[in-house]
Amino acid sequence: MAVLEVIGLTKMFGQLRALDGIDLTVRAGTFHGLIGPNGSGKSTLLKTIAGAHAPTIGTICFDGKDITAALPFARARAGLGLTFQITSIFPELSTYDNVLLALQSRESLPSLLGSRTRRTFNREVMAALDRFRLADRADDLAGELSHGQQQWLEITLALTSRPKLLLLDEPTGGMSPEERRVTGELLRPIRSHCTLVIVEHDIDFIKNLCDHLTVLDQGRVLDEGSVEQIEHSIRVQEVYTSRV
Amino acid sequence: MLPVIELAVLAIMVAAPIALNSRPELITLITNIAILSLLAISFDLCWGFSGIMSFGQGLFFGVPGYAIALVGRDLGVSQIWLTLPLALISGLLLAFIVALFLLLGRRPTPIFVALGTLTGSYAAERLVSGWQYVGAGNGLSAIKLLQMGSYEFVEGPAFYSLACVTLLAVYLGARALVRSQLGLVLAGIRQNEERLDYLGYRVQVFKVLVFSIAGMISGLAGALYGYHQGFIGPGNMGPGLSTEAVIYCLLGGSGTLIGPVIGTAVVEILTYELADIDTIRQFWPVFLGLLLLGIILFQPGGILGMAVSTRERIGSYGSRHKRVERRG
Repeated sequence: MAVLEVIGLTKMFGQLRALDGIDLTVRAGTFHGLIGPNGSGKSTLLKTIAGAHAPTIGTICFDGKDITAALPFARARAGLGLTFQITSIFPELSTYDNVLLALQSRESLPSLLGSRTRRTFNREVMAALDRFRLADRADDLAGELSHGQQQWLEITLALTSRPKLLLLDEPTGGMSPEERRVTGELLRPIRSHCTLVIVEHDIDFIKNLCDHLTVLDQGRVLDEGSVEQIEHSIRVQEVYTSRV
Repeated sequence: MLPVIELAVLAIMVAAPIALNSRPELITLITNIAILSLLAISFDLCWGFSGIMSFGQGLFFGVPGYAIALVGRDLGVSQIWLTLPLALISGLLLAFIVALFLLLGRRPTPIFVALGTLTGSYAAERLVSGWQYVGAGNGLSAIKLLQMGSYEFVEGPAFYSLACVTLLAVYLGARALVRSQLGLVLAGIRQNEERLDYLGYRVQVFKVLVFSIAGMISGLAGALYGYHQGFIGPGNMGPGLSTEAVIYCLLGGSGTLIGPVIGTAVVEILTYELADIDTIRQFWPVFLGLLLLGIILFQPGGILGMAVSTRERIGSYGSRHKRVERRG
């Protein structure tokens, strides 16, 4: 069953055609990788799906519903999570409060005003921090974490709001090889409850994590299939060898 | 450190009327400080805690001030049970309407909001300046005394007590708000509004809410000011007063609540002390403008920034409970 269907998605920035009639289907429970050369439209596609950009033409269906015109907060509430290419956390809040903020996003105004869930969320906040090896940094300001830890915190924030589909935009950018390996380990267990679409330049990371790949080039889908199929795709090899 | 400063300010507020008993003009001064502190706190809620740059707090101060003056003049009503709620509601509604225009866009820039509120404040000042029904440029004077039953709040210790009790109530309410889980959302808005959107928060709703609450507090201040001075005029709702609210807050230390109270006291005491010197009085607005510039450039944390760390100012919303549970 498809959790996400993108049909004929085109995004123009002035005269620049960043996305050109993209069709993409993501099945529930899969880890779906988006790869392609720089400027191929991967991040634009992810941001358009999340609602940061309005598509020029095309339809986005999530969980069976057309969300093309929905605002970002409504998409998030429907179960769409996003992490940004450039880490986007709350640097002047503690790591703990970052997660609490993500966790309480479905609470009503009276509940927030009365701080009714502050104590009850404690266990969930600590469990989320434990999962991403951040429990020991709970009281530190998020801005004081290392780059890799900030990326993990960003993923934690996106996961804490319990998304059905998580869009990760280059989560290992700027990480050390060891941090990349750990990130892969940390992401694998979420397959049981969350579908993943991940944009990544590190092909080895993608190969080890994803079971389906879509390759973009110049705003179009160049090829798609399993990791093995893409590895042997002549068209993909041509694009990568001709550009590198 | 913040609680110590809060307690010290409270102690000064309690002791001041006793110490200044023989100098009624100073009781008037500290009453003004208490009232204008409310205005400064309202700006702090917008800017210091939520990142909404409002240059229009004067508008929400002046309109309710005019409202209580008019119901006193035209309807003979000045009972505290009626007029202060009227001020609260008029400030709230006016701020709510302004917020609908300025804050409900997809992501209005801080400059757009600052200019929008400034324009609103300026337009209102010009409007009342030419409107005879509200006294035009002369404003409304001889406002009826505020009454509680048959008791009249005259200028002096009684009015000071009322202003202080109101300030304390508003302060505690605002403190509870900014330290609640809702306060955590406001801190999130101030730091990274876009990220909150993608976590599922309808950010504009929170911004409209806090802006309206701030308008309500400004309205309360405007009403008390009108009753205390016996006068309300165009200058009490224009950009001049709105800018003073910004100076009070930034000088004392935004995002602290107590900082704006200290900032108000410093500016008002300086104004009082230096008012007799002609040269200084003439250039006082220029001095205040330079003061604002100096704070922004050299001491963005304000006076409190010298004593309170950024970490303490931001505070924590959940970690304390985590430690308690871990120990348990």
